[in-house]
Amino acid sequence: MTPGRLPAVPFLFAAGVIMAVAIVLQVKRDRAYGTDVPATQVLYVQSPEVARRMALSFDMVAADVYWIRALQHFGGTRRATSGEKNYELLYPLLDMATGLDPYFNIAYRFGAIFLSQSKPDGPGRPDLAEKLLLKGLKASPTKWEYMHDIGFVHYWARHDYKTAAEWFERGSRLPGAAWFLKPLAAVTLAEGGERSTSRLLFQSLAESGDSDWVRKDAARRLRQLDAMDAMDSLRPLVAQHRARVGGAPVTWPDLVRAGALRDVPTDPDGFIFALEPSTGEVQLAPKSTLRPLPDESPSRRRPVPRP
Amino acid sequence: MSPAISASTVSRIAANVFKESVRDKVLYSIVLFAVILIAASLLLGQLTAGQEVKIIKDLGLAAISLFGHFIAIFIGIGLVSKEVERRSIYALLAKPMSRTELVLGKFLGLVSTLAVNVVVMTVALVIVLAVYEAMTPEAVRTAWEAPATDPRIAVAAFLILVELAIVTAVAILFSTFTSPVLAAGFTVGLVIAGHFGADLKNFEQVVDSVPVAWIARGLYYVLPNLSAFDVKSQVVHAQPVEALYVAMTTGYGALYVTALLMLSVLFFSRRDFK
Repeated sequence: MTPGRLPAVPFLFAAGVIMAVAIVLQVKRDRAYGTDVPATQVLYVQSPEVARRMALSFDMVAADVYWIRALQHFGGTRRATSGEKNYELLYPLLDMATGLDPYFNIAYRFGAIFLSQSKPDGPGRPDLAEKLLLKGLKASPTKWEYMHDIGFVHYWARHDYKTAAEWFERGSRLPGAAWFLKPLAAVTLAEGGERSTSRLLFQSLAESGDSDWVRKDAARRLRQLDAMDAMDSLRPLVAQHRARVGGAPVTWPDLVRAGALRDVPTDPDGFIFALEPSTGEVQLAPKSTLRPLPDESPSRRRPVPRP
Repeated sequence: MSPAISASTVSRIAANVFKESVRDKVLYSIVLFAVILIAASLLLGQLTAGQEVKIIKDLGLAAISLFGHFIAIFIGIGLVSKEVERRSIYALLAKPMSRTELVLGKFLGLVSTLAVNVVVMTVALVIVLAVYEAMTPEAVRTAWEAPATDPRIAVAAFLILVELAIVTAVAILFSTFTSPVLAAGFTVGLVIAGHFGADLKNFEQVVDSVPVAWIARGLYYVLPNLSAFDVKSQVVHAQPVEALYVAMTTGYGALYVTALLMLSVLFFSRRDFK
């Protein structure tokens, strides 16, 4: 060993031990005082224009960061199991992401879907969803997808079928617009609120979806509609069978044995439909991945007033 | 100082700077870090709900620009000032070379290093994107705004390199007449100001004072307009970047670099090393 040089192994070992003790101490302190609980999310910079200037030429990366924060905020809040679900940062985060990157297509489209989701699965702010998409249209005036999505927001969240049809129609007039916008506008105007129209709407979303997530979400919505169709066709069968057996409790095997069904019915995701033996009510299985189904009650079809 | 410039002398100095830079461990670590960052972008992509390709491109191009700026500024200011600090400038100036050749050689050497770095990083980025593209189903790929291995990435990388050449020339200019710390501060300040071109040009929208607005507009023309070299957004979103725009911006960069190098040579030629 050179005189004056410190021995490496004992020093590395000692440093490692000290670091390990520090980590143990930190874990114990966190458990005792809860110092590992994240602070409330804060949006330090609130103006997209200021953020764009601060980011210099790294505005695209900054937009990605805000986008990831928006996703985490939405997903984290939605999955929260306790307390009130507060999505108040969702729009500001999306506004920042799209302000930093005005062509951030998916931030507009996903963002609008997130914002228009009714409570507690979302903030229930179709007005902000429309505002975000209008901002996208300002940056890309020929983006028919944004017009389609504004129509979707009016249809699905506001139940304002006339305005929805107007937006589908406007979108259909743009160059390169998808073929389905024109018939969608007509059907929405004529049969807004009907399940067949919803099916057409989600088929259009599945086709226009420029991300795998949008397509998968639309496909799930279509499977929900399929499940609702299936339940509608099962209910009379169950009612007929109950009438035959004098209102006695029934099960799916009873119906199969009676020849009313070939097999125990399952929803499109493979879950056996729940059959209430005493009432004959058919529902999705409690664990079905298609829950919750969209509300088709008449009150649901009334237009939601603008805030 | 001899007014004649020997291409062979300049290229020999440039080659030396290149070798020195490549041998520099800091340079290696920066390149390695950039490659790691680009690879890490793959992991980050998993958090982005179907925006992996955009995020990988954004991060990759930003990393190329960021690390290039670090190299251009911190190695650039040392090119001349280090020779002065080490007093090796006396030995250099005693050799049959002019100060003009020294400045030009130093500049070209670092720009060559930067070019190699940008090319290596771009190739690494394209490889990461190609791997991602190969692993992605066809149905998902069709929804992308632009192909993952879009050749326009090379356009963005090229304009980043031209921007870095300007930053290098700025760093060399400041290092010819001031200390390394001040030169670094001035260069960083100028790089930041260079991204506020549009704001400077339209300053009358912010202030009522006409003279201040004119001064700001003057600064817009005098300061390097670095935001013009940023076409990352267009490339990532598959928007057109016209060849004429690239040519004009490159021409602007070349002229600006020439002007800065002339000033550097002027200041350096008047510097007294006694």
